[in-house]
Amino acid sequence: MNIHDILYPLVGGSLIGLAAVILLIFLGRVAGISGILSSLLLEKPKTWFSKPHLWRLGFLGGLISVSVLIGLLPAGDHIPSLGSHSQLIIAGLLVGLGTALANGCTSGHGVCGLARLSKRSLIAVCLFMLTAMATVECMYIWKLL
Amino acid sequence: MWQFILSMISGGLFGLGLWLSGMTNPKKVIGFLDINGQFGPWQPALIFVMLSAILIAMPAFYWIKKRHKTLLNESIHLPTNHIIDRPLIIGSILFGLGWGLVGICPGPAIALFAAGRFEVIWFLIPMLVGLFIGKKINS
Repeated sequence: MNIHDILYPLVGGSLIGLAAVILLIFLGRVAGISGILSSLLLEKPKTWFSKPHLWRLGFLGGLISVSVLIGLLPAGDHIPSLGSHSQLIIAGLLVGLGTALANGCTSGHGVCGLARLSKRSLIAVCLFMLTAMATVECMYIWKLL
Repeated sequence: MWQFILSMISGGLFGLGLWLSGMTNPKKVIGFLDINGQFGPWQPALIFVMLSAILIAMPAFYWIKKRHKTLLNESIHLPTNHIIDRPLIIGSILFGLGWGLVGICPGPAIALFAAGRFEVIWFLIPMLVGLFIGKKINS
């Protein structure tokens, strides 16, 4: 474990925290990606540019813009193959369905929910963390077979 | 206008944080979830990401509890449901299953696609479908 394993996560996490703070103290909103996406999905695209949704577009726009810029950097791609198509499809469905039912994901419940000391978020985080860890363990066992 | 600009800044910082911390890299995420170190040495990065994010966000959430309006005079929209209900439990487990499968969650999925890793569309579209279905079930 070197400084990169600690420093970059700490700095990156601080930026994520700062992002949540800005969204909260100026716009009164929780920085939860699943919530932002699902709110837009439930409405007709026409309404996305109306005042109640503008902050969602802005947030996603910022996230996307930064990612586009980073994608243009010639940095060596340390990100490996993401998995088979069927794995990605099943995982995507589970993540979408799960976060919609739970009303939050790692940013909504994990960061904002815990920062608010929410009991719901504590339960959610414990459950999805444990389940995810068990899933990875099962993946190892399954791949062994 | 300031609302839009600030939300963009927030999203941009969020994205920067995701990339810098390595959370857009499923290998790092799975490396943390792989608590037994089966696929390789355990990677604690995720813990440091969440700890720093939570510690920084905590004072703001404490501060806003006593307020009725934001610094821009906007109304405050915090979740009001405090009950630990079945959708929360089932949803969290389903999310954990999907997350553990490939190590990708909603934010990184968008970030990866925008950065040119277009194969994540195989995750992104089903995720949007799942979100839609889930919200319909919940309403």
